[in-house]
Parts: sequence; C-alpha cells; structure tokens
Amino acid sequence: MSQPSQQDEIVAEQGSLHRQQAAGIEPVIEARGLSQGQIVRKRFLGHSGAIVGLVVFAFIFIMAFTSVGYAGIPGWWKYSHEAVSPLVNGGAPTASLWPPAWGEHPFGQDRIGRDLFAMTMRGAQQSITIMVVIGLIAGLIGVIVGALSGYFRGWMEAILMRLTDVIIIVPALLLAAVMAQLAGRRDEGSWFASFASTNGVLALGIFLGLISWVGLARLMRGEFLSLREREFVDAARISGASNARIIFKHILPNAVGVLIVNVTLTMSAAILTETALSYLGVGVKSPDTSLGLLISQNQEAFSTRPWLFWFPGLFIVLICLSINFIGDGLRDAFDPRQKKFNAKKAREVSSPLAPEKIPATVKDGTAEDGTVSGDNRGG
Amino acid sequence: MSDYIIPGPARSDPDSKGAVVLEVRDLSVDFGVEKKWVPAAVGLNYEVRAGEVLAIVGESGSGKSASSMALLGLLPSNSRVSGSVKLSGKELLGANASNIRSVRGKDVAVIFQEPMTALNPVYTVGAQIVETVRLHNEVSPDEARERALRMLDLVELPDPEKAFKSYPHQLSGGQRQRAMIAQSLSCDPKLLIADEPTTALDVTVQAEILDLMRNLRNKLDSAIVLITHDMGVVADLADRIAVMRRGLIVESGTAEQIFHNPQHPYTQALLAAVPHLGQGGADTETAVDVTAALAAVTHAELESVEHGELVRREQENAEALAAAESARPAGEPVLELTDVAIEYPKQGRVPAFRAVEGANLTIYPGQVVGLVGESGSGKTTIGRAAVGLLPVAAGRMRVVGQDISAAKKNGKQLHHVRRHIGMVFQDPSSSLNPRLPIGESIGEPMYLAGVAKGNDLQKRIEALLDQVELPRDYRNRYPHELSGGQKQRVGIARALSLKPKLMVADEPTSALDVSVQAKVLELFQNLQRELGFACLFVTHDLAVVDVLADRICVMQRGRIVEQGSRDQILRNPQEHYTQRLLAAVPLPDPERQRERRELREQLLAAGME
Repeated sequence: MSQPSQQDEIVAEQGSLHRQQAAGIEPVIEARGLSQGQIVRKRFLGHSGAIVGLVVFAFIFIMAFTSVGYAGIPGWWKYSHEAVSPLVNGGAPTASLWPPAWGEHPFGQDRIGRDLFAMTMRGAQQSITIMVVIGLIAGLIGVIVGALSGYFRGWMEAILMRLTDVIIIVPALLLAAVMAQLAGRRDEGSWFASFASTNGVLALGIFLGLISWVGLARLMRGEFLSLREREFVDAARISGASNARIIFKHILPNAVGVLIVNVTLTMSAAILTETALSYLGVGVKSPDTSLGLLISQNQEAFSTRPWLFWFPGLFIVLICLSINFIGDGLRDAFDPRQKKFNAKKAREVSSPLAPEKIPATVKDGTAEDGTVSGDNRGG
Repeated sequence: MSDYIIPGPARSDPDSKGAVVLEVRDLSVDFGVEKKWVPAAVGLNYEVRAGEVLAIVGESGSGKSASSMALLGLLPSNSRVSGSVKLSGKELLGANASNIRSVRGKDVAVIFQEPMTALNPVYTVGAQIVETVRLHNEVSPDEARERALRMLDLVELPDPEKAFKSYPHQLSGGQRQRAMIAQSLSCDPKLLIADEPTTALDVTVQAEILDLMRNLRNKLDSAIVLITHDMGVVADLADRIAVMRRGLIVESGTAEQIFHNPQHPYTQALLAAVPHLGQGGADTETAVDVTAALAAVTHAELESVEHGELVRREQENAEALAAAESARPAGEPVLELTDVAIEYPKQGRVPAFRAVEGANLTIYPGQVVGLVGESGSGKTTIGRAAVGLLPVAAGRMRVVGQDISAAKKNGKQLHHVRRHIGMVFQDPSSSLNPRLPIGESIGEPMYLAGVAKGNDLQKRIEALLDQVELPRDYRNRYPHELSGGQKQRVGIARALSLKPKLMVADEPTSALDVSVQAKVLELFQNLQRELGFACLFVTHDLAVVDVLADRICVMQRGRIVEQGSRDQILRNPQEHYTQRLLAAVPLPDPERQRERRELREQLLAAGME
C-alpha cells in the first residue's frame, strides 16, 4: 500500500519536469497555502456527479418539506396525505408532459381517493428523516467506538468490542417490536411513550441508529488498527499532536472511504428496514405514511393501478441514488489519488521526452543532451 | 516435457550458446494519466544473448521497470505498448492472453524487488515452487517436489528440506530472495528478469545474493536482464549495460566501456553519485583506502594486488590515522545513553522482546553520529527510543538535558522534549500523511507548538521549502504527486521546522535511488553545517555514514560492538563484524570490486574457522 507504483514515479518525474521548464520561462507562480479542508471542498465542488446528487437531493428535500407542511406548518399543496377527496379520472395521474400540466392529482389517487402526491411527499419526509437520523447516529457512534478501540487498544478495545458484540447478536426486528409495544402503552404516560407517540418516525430513526452502528465500528477499528502503525502517525506524535488530533486529523481522513461507503449503504438500507418494520406494524403506522409503507401497501395494485407503485418507488430510487452520488463525491474529494482514465479519450501530449527539450538537471550535468538519439542500439 | 532442467554447465543443446534470446525493437510504453498519454519509455532497442547479463540502469521513473514489465504484458490497463519484442524469434507483443501465460514463468521468469510481497504468505515456499513446476510441466507431484528441492539446493539454501516446508515469514530476507530465485529458475527459463533483486536487502545479504547470481549465471545458460539503479551492483555482475533516463536509453555498451569511459554526462553523474566508501564527503583529502585497511587488520594477502603496493597503502592508512586526532567536542551532551536496554512491550501472546541491551552512546552538540548495522540489529530501536516512541526498559537516557528514561508515554515531559527533536523517517511515502497537503505537513509542528499561525505560519513554511530546495507552490500538493527524493525533502523540512537541537534520521536515504540519495545527503550535510544540529544518523549503509558522520557506532544483535571516530572505524576496524560489513559494500568499479570480493571471501573463510 505504501509502495509507490512505477506509474506514480513516472508521473511524478514528468510533473517535476514540466515544473522545471515552466520555472525557467515564466515567473514562478506564487500559490497560496491551502489547508486540507479547503482542498477537499474545492475537489468536492468540482465533482460533477456529487453536484448533480446534491442538487437532486436538495430539490426533493425542499419539495417534500414545503409541499405538505411539516410539524404543524402548512404547506403549499392543497391536499393533505390524510384527506379523502372524490376520484378524478378514475384515480389515474392527471399530470402530463406535453402540454405540460399539473392537473388536480398529478400522481393520481389511491382506491379511497387520497392524493398520491401528498402521500408521496409525506412519505419522502419520513424516509429522509429516518435516513438522516440513522446516518448521523450510526456514523457518529460507529466512528467513535471504532476509532477509540482501534487506536488505543488494550482495555478500551476489550470493553468497546464486547459491547459491540452484544449489540450485534440482538435481533433488530425483535427488539423493534418490543420497543413498539412499550411505546404503544400510552396509559403509563412515561416520557418514552409520550415521545414515541408524538414523534413516531424520529423515535424509530434514533432506535435504528442506536443498533446499526456495529458494522461500521468493526470496519473502522480494522482501518485504525492498520493505519496507526504507519509512520506518519509517529511523525505526527513527534510533531506534538495530541491523541484526539491524530485520530481526527490524521487517521480519520485516511479511513474516510470505508466510512462513507458504509454510511451511505446504511442509509439506503434504512429505508428498507423501515419498510420491513412498517410491514410488521411496528414502524410508521397508517394513516401516517412512508415511502416503504406506500409500496408495500400497494403491491397488489401493481397490475390495476401501477402509478401507486411507480411514484413512491421513483422517489426511493432518486433519494438513494443522490445520497450515493454525494457519498462518492466526498470519498473522491478526500482521496487525492482518485483519478478517472479512459483510454479512448486520452490525447497525445507533446512529449517532454523529446531529446532536445530535456533540461540538464543532473548534478553537474551541463552538457547537451541533444546529441543523443533515442535510437541507441544495445550491443 | 522434454526440456527438463539440468542444473550444471552440461546443456543438451550446445549450439544455443550465444544465440539471441530476447530482441526488443522500438519498444514504447505510455501511461494514461488524466486524459493524456504520458510516455514512460520511447523507442527502446536492445537484445540479450544466452548466458549474458544485460543491466538496465536508471533512476526510478526512468521507465526501466515499466519497459521490462511490458515484455510480459504485466502493465496496468491504463497503459499501451507498441513496438516488437521477440523471444527466440517468437513475437510476444500482441500475443493473446493464453499464449503469453504459457510464456510467463516457463520461458521468462521474474525476480521481484520485495520477496516478502512477491511470495504468497499463506503457502509454503515448496508448494509455490511445485505449483510453478506443475503448471508448465506434466510431472507427478513427487517429481515436482524433487525438482523443487533440487532448485532450493541450487540457490545454496542451507537446509532445502526445511526451507521447502517453511512459510515465507519464517525465512530471513536473504533466504526469501533465494527462494524467490529458486522459484523463478524452476522451469529453466530462457530469460530471467531481475527487477532490483537486492534493493530491499542489507549490504551483507546483498553481497551474498550477488555472489549467488554470479554462480548461477555460470551454471545455467539463461539470459539475464538486471534492472537496478545501483552502479555498485552492476559492476559485479553485468556484461553489458544500458543506461536509461526518462524513457530513453542514453548510453549502452560493455561494462568496461561504461565504467572506464562513460560518454554521456548522465552516466558520469550516475557513477559519481554512488557513495564510495572511504571517500568522505566533499573534503576528499581524508579519503580512506578501505581495502587496504581491511587487509592490514586481517593480515590478508590479496592475489590481485601486489604485496609492495598493499604495504604502501597500509602505511598511508596508518599515518593518516595517527594524524587524525579527534578534537574533543564541547558542551553538554544532547543525547546520552547509559547502559540502556529497550524492549518492545508484549502484545497479546507475543512476549516482550528486548531489542537493545547495554547501549552506551553520547552525542555532543553539532556532532553527527552514524549508527550502523544489519536489519534486526536494533539500530532503529535506539533512534525511536531517543524520540520517546519506545520506552526505556533499563538504564538512563538523557535527551536535550532531560532524563526521559522514566517519562510517561505521551506525557507532558515528552511533549516538551519533542519540541527540541526532529525526526526523518525511513520511508517518505509512509511518513507523510497521504491525505494532507505537504504544506500542512511541514507546518504542523509549528502550528502545534504555537510558534506561528496564519500568515506568519505560511511564511515559515515558504522559508522551509526554500531551505530544502523545493518550489513554493508545491505546498498544495499531496505526497503521491512528488517523487521519492522530493518527499524525503519534505520530511527533512518538517523535522527542521522547530529548529531542533537533535535530529534523529532513521535510514532517510535507503528508500531512494543512488543519484537522488547523493543529492539528499548533500542537502542534509549543508543544512547540518548551516544550522548546527546534532544528529543521530541510523543507516545500514556504511558508505552513507562515511559521507556524513563524525563518529560511527556499529551494532550487532542489539549491542553496540564497536564505536569510534570515522577514521578509527574505517581505517582500523577491530571487530570481525565491522570488517565484514565494510567488505560487503560494493564498489562501482569492476576491478576494485574484484579485489574487494576476494578479500570478503577470505574474511568469511576466516570467520568460519
């Protein structure tokens, strides 16, 4: 891993070659010193996939939270996800691409006349909430537990990893059902029950976040175990860096690839987990709705009213895709080696190897290289 | 299969002697980087005959390895190759995958630089050789086993049976490289490509492997392509030499031509860059004739040198030693070790390992002390303990006036001491954080010590980059965008950033090419003279220490076996181990190297008795 490849050496050699040529002709370009954070931000903003993902996600986010309203604030859409209205056009979608028109029920209506657009938006709200909450909580706990146990080892590792083992063996669905039961007993009036009954989806997200960090913690521990042995950690320690600085400034950016891949996968899986729990009746409950619930409720209607399936599905795909694109962009921005190469699009460079252009850079090598041709035959 | 290997000079086909085995015409290799084709090798032409050694010499990045790997189609997918490569008249380029697979290992074998990574750690050495044999020959497992054992015997492994059953990690570095050679020879290849076969090894082991390769060349009739950056290695082995630079062969000829009459300035520079043991730094008036010194100490008679001349050279040495009285250095010692023992603490089931025992060492301000020894001798351990990365198990260690033998790990005292210490690490690509731009790496010690912030910090970073002769706009680059020598310059700049009183340099040049090494050493020497820091210079290469050090300590198996001024060690080595170490350093001159080799054989023979 630490071994520089031939190719890197060659490229570095070429790079310095260009640099030397430039230095002779043009005035030396004064570059401002940039910090790691500034460079990462610049690279992220230059990543087209990530920007597309970010824009799509922002669009869905804004649309979902402004259209049907959130937490009591009314939205701009005329229907709510619970209201029943008479069927228009047999419940089929009224939106059309040409001529562009929105219509009465753009995504159509379900069997009893609820507006699907409102339901999808409400579902997207719920799904995004769950994803973000799970991603944040699982990511945070996973990173901290994995980093501490991998970096310090010893008793710290023993305790944290046994804790991880205990949580791994608890079946999540079973535990969720039990929690739902506890939350459902409103008569006891405990803070937990009242919190769960008013913020159903938030409670679910927190709960799933609290049990889904284990995989990430193990992966991060592995990364830290191998990275802490690298010499740059010793170098940082000699520079006077504290443990916290070594963990978060030096090692974590090197482990960010694993972190981001894992967190985005967890976030995508969170939608499915939420669907599974809702299907069992312990997640989001009707008349409230989520994207997963919408799909599982409308499975049977696929042949008769396919739009009931299409639109929530489309939003799940869009949300997951955009999250993954953002994740990819972050990973590439942190990884300076990330480069894409396509042999067909590559163009020829004016060869810096052309003999007459070689600047004499060898120590004391002032003689002319131009006399030597590349066609030297050996033997 | 008919071409069953017959180790020994008796070949089934005597006519093939001297036949052209490999013919390379107009070979070009390009790598695609960021939508551009970057040429790595351009229009190479050479040929190798059976029983001949062609050495391709050049710095890293000169395309020497890339062009050789191209022969076998072992390049990554973002590369392209053009030209013609003929192996015994058969075209290799453009051949389909299964054809080239039958050539690999059977007709062309490769010895890689790092045997630890080239051998599969989960199979025994024997199983890997048997696999190669059975892939290309229809033989029974027993026959293959027999052949593998014979190969292990051929490469002079002391106990072939044991080596056969060993896993790679159970062998030493030199033994692993021998096993690797045995594997590559197991199908009697027509062509052997040795890609820096000794770079990862100690000097003494390197000498052994070179001996082995010389013997094998005489026994077998393979053509050998030796890829290296070290002119010293080449002097010993090569018949013909091609010097590569930036993808072009700039000069080629027989070994004598290249060494005695180099035409191209680059070849001359490359030859000049090899640190000659005994020549000292820039001030060559203190040159030491190591061969003579060794001969004097061991009372050896050399066939290749006349007796009278040797006596004269020995006398010159004795006079120079008498003349060189060491001026007593003044001031409080910067580093003082008294009977220090250092242990690697126990981890899980692995018990604590005492790496250094009873070490006594003193460094005064402005002094450079070279710590020399083979790998595993504990020299790096002392360096790491001096900066507080390893605890001291017994004895007393004083660093910049403070006793740190009982300091708490990562405690306040160490934190304070470390402000006065800089450290340069062995592997520049591992010691720089790959995700941190180098400007930030250099600035970190100053930032953390609270010396400078903001604009002031940026100015200090610029000054440091100037000091190590790197362009200022490199500061936003990541380590992988720099070449090895540039990375090591960054490492030196970081170590210098707090103006340390003591610098610990842990083999800072062993990962670098010889020519780059020369430049980095020169820079280091200038900086040391300019800033006057004391330095503990850890290395396995006596020639490097010779350039820099005022005093030399020789370590063997965790003990300091000999120490003294540079002249004492080089002119009058007392310990047998020191003598062997001195004799193993290769010289970039075929004749001198022959003398040295003879002496080494005598030394080894004397050691056996």
